[in-house]
Amino acid sequence: MTLNLEIWRDKLIYQGLSLGLVAMLCGSALVMGNQLTREAIRQAEAEDLAASLAQVLPAGFAENDLLADSVHISANHSPPVTVYRARKAGLVTAAVFQTSARGYAGEILVLIGVDREGRLTGARVLKHTETPGLGDKIEIGKSKWILSFTGKSLVNPPAARWAVKKDGGDFDQFAGATITPRAVVAAVKNGLEFFATHREEILR
Amino acid sequence: MRVRETLRNGLWDNNVVFGQLLALCPVLAVTTSGTNGLGMGLASTAVLIASNTLIALLRRFISPTVRIPVFVIVIATLVTLVDLTLNAWLHELHKVLGLFIALIVVNCAILGRAEAFASKATVGQAALDGLAMGIGFTMALTLIGLVREFFGAGTLFAQASILLGPHFAFLEMRLSEAFEGVLMMILPPGGFLALGLLLAAKQAYQERHARARPEPLHPVVKEA
Repeated sequence: MTLNLEIWRDKLIYQGLSLGLVAMLCGSALVMGNQLTREAIRQAEAEDLAASLAQVLPAGFAENDLLADSVHISANHSPPVTVYRARKAGLVTAAVFQTSARGYAGEILVLIGVDREGRLTGARVLKHTETPGLGDKIEIGKSKWILSFTGKSLVNPPAARWAVKKDGGDFDQFAGATITPRAVVAAVKNGLEFFATHREEILR
Repeated sequence: MRVRETLRNGLWDNNVVFGQLLALCPVLAVTTSGTNGLGMGLASTAVLIASNTLIALLRRFISPTVRIPVFVIVIATLVTLVDLTLNAWLHELHKVLGLFIALIVVNCAILGRAEAFASKATVGQAALDGLAMGIGFTMALTLIGLVREFFGAGTLFAQASILLGPHFAFLEMRLSEAFEGVLMMILPPGGFLALGLLLAAKQAYQERHARARPEPLHPVVKEA
């Protein structure tokens, strides 16, 4: 057996076939792994999403399952935004969706909840690549700053004051980091404008 | 049995980071805290043991001419399976480690061990070598992470309870309320500084050790 293998191992056909066989076995292992884990991963991700939706939407807004009631809205040729709707007795009470803006080191993804009147029920940063120690104070785990958005709307404060204090607005910036909070303020404001533009569609 | 020798080799003499100077990209990228270093180290250890074992099992059948692509496929498959498994059944842990797991594929230390050791050893030896190298790698990552975290943020093992579970919350420490750290140590330059200084410390220690005992009891055989 060993001797045979040693002769065979030098042949091109053996090398090609053995490489193909290994690739096939690995491919099958991956397919099986994917099939076995797909359902569990989908469920875990749905739980994640539900948990983050609950963070920006206080209890009492929804009687329905938000994940089951979503609508895709595309604005200005940008990729469609998935809007999750909270309903009470069939009436939409609030909408939750993602909005984003460019920060200091990349895209900052913010999840916001907006009630029927266009007031923020909450905002949370989902994902960012800002400088640790400076820009990461936008995370709820690092600072309470993001909570200052709750209750705000496009008329409170007025549009001109939707900016950080350094730019003459109402929102605090951090020592050593202005670009990051400025981006988050812009993202939230964009989200509110998106809601205002598509209000009919969302509340349907 | 060469158990002691293999362990010593992985943990100290031929340590992946401080001896072979391999895998420096993940080392510098993830060691912003002790917890991150520990998590990356543990995930790499799992892949290292599995890949070493599999390669040793297959070594008779692998023709030397195609060995590198075979190693690469095996390692990439293992990493993907670890990623899927963690994502499905240890989802909280995956949220902390997820970013690093894909990085393990490009960890040249794993391909290095497959090539330099596992393809020439028995299954038992290869698995033990994977364990020793993995522990050595984990220790190095955790140490660099702790040094950077302490000087950069003033904490030790912050958020360890997310990685290891609530029982390990006692690891999370802040040594002094007054010391908030120098941010640079958490940023990339701090990684190079911490790595360089620790390497220098190891060299200095070995030099002193060698001078104190001119005839080495265990001659160190350098591996490729």
